[in-house]
Amino acid sequence: MSKVKMKIDEKVIETESGKTVLQAATQAGIEIPHLCYHPRLPGTGACRLCVVEVKGARALAASCVLPVSENLEVYTNTERVRKARRLVLDLLLSNHPLDCLTCEMAGRCDLQRYAYELGIKETSFKGEKTNFGVREREPFFLRDYDKCILCGRCVSACAEVRHRYVIDFSHRGFATRITTPYDLPLLEGGCEFCGECVQVCPVGALVEKGRIQKGRNWETKRTQTICPYCGVGCTLELHTYKNRIVNVTAPEGVGVNRGSLCVKGRFGIAEFVNSPKRLKKPLVRKNGKLVETSWKNALKMVAARLKEIKERYGAQSIGFFSSAKCTNEENYLLQKFARAVIGTNNIEHCARL
Amino acid sequence: MAGLATSLGSGAMTNSIDEIEFAKVLFVIGSNTTECHPVVALKIKDAVSKHGAKLIVADPRKTELCDFATLHLQHKPGTDVALINGLLNVILSENLHNKPYIDERTEGFEEMAKVVANYPPERVEKITGVPKEKIVEAARTYATLKPASIIYCMGITQHRTGTDNVFSLANLAMVTGNIGVESGGLNPLRGQNNVQGACDMGALPNVLTAYQRVDDPALREKFARAWQVNSLPDRPGLTISEMLNAATKGSLKSLFIMGENPALSEANLNHAREALKKLEFIVVQDIFLTETAQMADVVLPAACFAEKEGTFTNTERRVQLVRKALEPPGEALPDWQIIAKLSTLLGYPMRYKNAEQIFKEIVKLTPSYAGITYKRLENGGIQWPCPDKNHPGTKILHKERFARGKGRFHPIEYLGPAETPDSEYPFYLMTGRVLWQFHTSTMSGQVDGLNQIAGEPFVQVNPQDAADLGISDGETVRVSTRRGELLIKVKITPMVDKGSIFAPFHYSKAPVNLLTSDALDSIAKIPGLKVCAASITKL
Ligand code: SF4
Ligand code: SF4
Repeated sequence: MSKVKMKIDEKVIETESGKTVLQAATQAGIEIPHLCYHPRLPGTGACRLCVVEVKGARALAASCVLPVSENLEVYTNTERVRKARRLVLDLLLSNHPLDCLTCEMAGRCDLQRYAYELGIKETSFKGEKTNFGVREREPFFLRDYDKCILCGRCVSACAEVRHRYVIDFSHRGFATRITTPYDLPLLEGGCEFCGECVQVCPVGALVEKGRIQKGRNWETKRTQTICPYCGVGCTLELHTYKNRIVNVTAPEGVGVNRGSLCVKGRFGIAEFVNSPKRLKKPLVRKNGKLVETSWKNALKMVAARLKEIKERYGAQSIGFFSSAKCTNEENYLLQKFARAVIGTNNIEHCARL
Repeated sequence: MAGLATSLGSGAMTNSIDEIEFAKVLFVIGSNTTECHPVVALKIKDAVSKHGAKLIVADPRKTELCDFATLHLQHKPGTDVALINGLLNVILSENLHNKPYIDERTEGFEEMAKVVANYPPERVEKITGVPKEKIVEAARTYATLKPASIIYCMGITQHRTGTDNVFSLANLAMVTGNIGVESGGLNPLRGQNNVQGACDMGALPNVLTAYQRVDDPALREKFARAWQVNSLPDRPGLTISEMLNAATKGSLKSLFIMGENPALSEANLNHAREALKKLEFIVVQDIFLTETAQMADVVLPAACFAEKEGTFTNTERRVQLVRKALEPPGEALPDWQIIAKLSTLLGYPMRYKNAEQIFKEIVKLTPSYAGITYKRLENGGIQWPCPDKNHPGTKILHKERFARGKGRFHPIEYLGPAETPDSEYPFYLMTGRVLWQFHTSTMSGQVDGLNQIAGEPFVQVNPQDAADLGISDGETVRVSTRRGELLIKVKITPMVDKGSIFAPFHYSKAPVNLLTSDALDSIAKIPGLKVCAASITKL
């Protein structure tokens, strides 16, 4: 990789060969609107929203596939560029339901954002709209292909990131859409419900079912934490609203997983955390049945019984199962309790399994 | 991971998840990575399809990863040691081993070589069922391309010979000089999110934090002083399996169980449940009324990971921050608060204001965590060992030298599984996980979508076996072993070889661990959950 010097909007920029103009611009803090490009996916140049004017070239170039080169000069925001962008957006909106009132992506939708930035209220093209219908019967997420802008991010995510090749473009022209082979249900098409496609969709075409009508994007709080399932330890973001988890995503480029998750991390958390079956009060056994009691009572009983058993049979008659699901702090504290307070080394967790 | 600790001096992944992508050859054994560690599987697939790495998969089942592999060694269940010895045999007889590395950094090579000499590919083919040409090709591929990374999981450790299996893999990695190099190494993938941390924290019967031994008086003294007690117990305690045995015999009277579900997860489940029934007093701290909690005398409601602060340590030794996103339901409390309250009641006050305060105490007593603070963890975590405040953490273990000084080769003879099929029980029964559920389903079983896809227990049967038995897909059959039997639906699939069946252990409706063997590995004391002999009966 060698150093490359170029100019973007008259600003001299140092970058490395092998990068695209879009990447170099992003690095330099210059934002170029884009829809099909995503930092973790190979650029395709499909949406043409990221066009720039190149000094000395007649045609506008898609910056997501334009490689940087020494002394290259590009302009990202000229009248010509803005006009081209308007046209791209106008065309996209001509076949897009403008139902931002209820759309789950509102507030985080790239199409909405660019239309807002360019002040496009509605499309100037009047014509037919597709009517593919919503696929909402399958687990975890729905597919509303009337909102799909055919950017192809989901297709690349499934193929390039997940190596699954479940979905692809099908049909031609106005009828073009994304489908599974023979339009089979996802599961039969080999989908592992990793949700990578959902995470990269820039509009409301792919939506997690769990979040529907559970708070707008700007109302939910996001907390970065670690997946509670396997030992990979993926970083994830819990979206909460009114003390419930309404969605789970992975922050792009962060942690060992860099934005990827599996079905358990993405779709397997909210329901167990929010479950009405969670234990809410201490229980003690009375006449053979577990009944609710206060913390004070429960802890008093545990303390008394442990003390009694230790006095009668010795510390070695008590054992502790610690947990690979609990935090380091909790595991530390339980072994400290076993050793320093009860006086036994009888402690293990099911790690060996 | 006792085997790894004895060979190399540390039981964790030697390398990092990020490095997998850049290995030239990957040897994946006993790990159905796609289903059990999906995000690591992505890195393996990237290595193959983006960077041209060679993938060798050794697994009795045709796992999804086999689609990406240059070689699939479909060995018979429980014959791992023989297979690995076969690979070592070829490497040594073809002179593909790394002599300078062996001389400089290891010990015990001669003894190991002597044993391995008895495992020529012809013999190994007979034991494992893997054609000898494949064994030779796998050995050459693994030994000649560098760096080579070994990835393994419970398919290797959950055997009566689990520790042997790990020793054998360590032999393989050391003989080719692949320990201590970028993108190489010996990499166990741990099942649960904080298994590594629970081990690091001393939730083990023989060690305190960071594997400091309880039978070392100086270390005991250090902890006793920090904890302000006169003395600490000096004899190693009992493992989980031993505690259950002691309960059956009547010497263990009480169990305090935090977030575990032995009434479903233990091998030879009938025995485990009997043991629990014999106890005088059981306390369970959990987030749900699990099978185990239903047997308890007191159940304490705990907060889950999303409702508390703390740290988890992942399979690559990375300590990461767990942050609180919401309030626990009802009166549930974080486990650490429950323990602290109880301890205070018992006359040993624990007055921590928050999890961070506990962590500060941990790092003072734990050399490999000494340089870690919550603040330093804010940007992506730190891999231990991190001995001081300025240390960046450790991506690759054993770089200049092994943690135990020299890497130790172990001569390992093949023993075979505790049980092999016979006329009464003609099948190998293997147990494991599927993508869609987790462990005993305490968490994943609450999720509608997951249950929709995989809510029902099943047993995988090879099409040929199914035809021979006259059973069809979806039919309910009886699977029996010497320990028990259960009724379960059949899923016909070529994923399992003829003569083998596979069942996931997630389901309380058909608890497969009723069937499995609790023959313990002699060192790690892991029961042989992975293989036993079974029969299938058409109803
Ligand atoms: S969920 Fe994953 S596997 Fe399924 S279509 Fe989307 S990217 Fe592909
Ligand atoms: S998201 Fe999946 S791969 Fe990542 S830690 Fe969670 S369970 Fe493991």
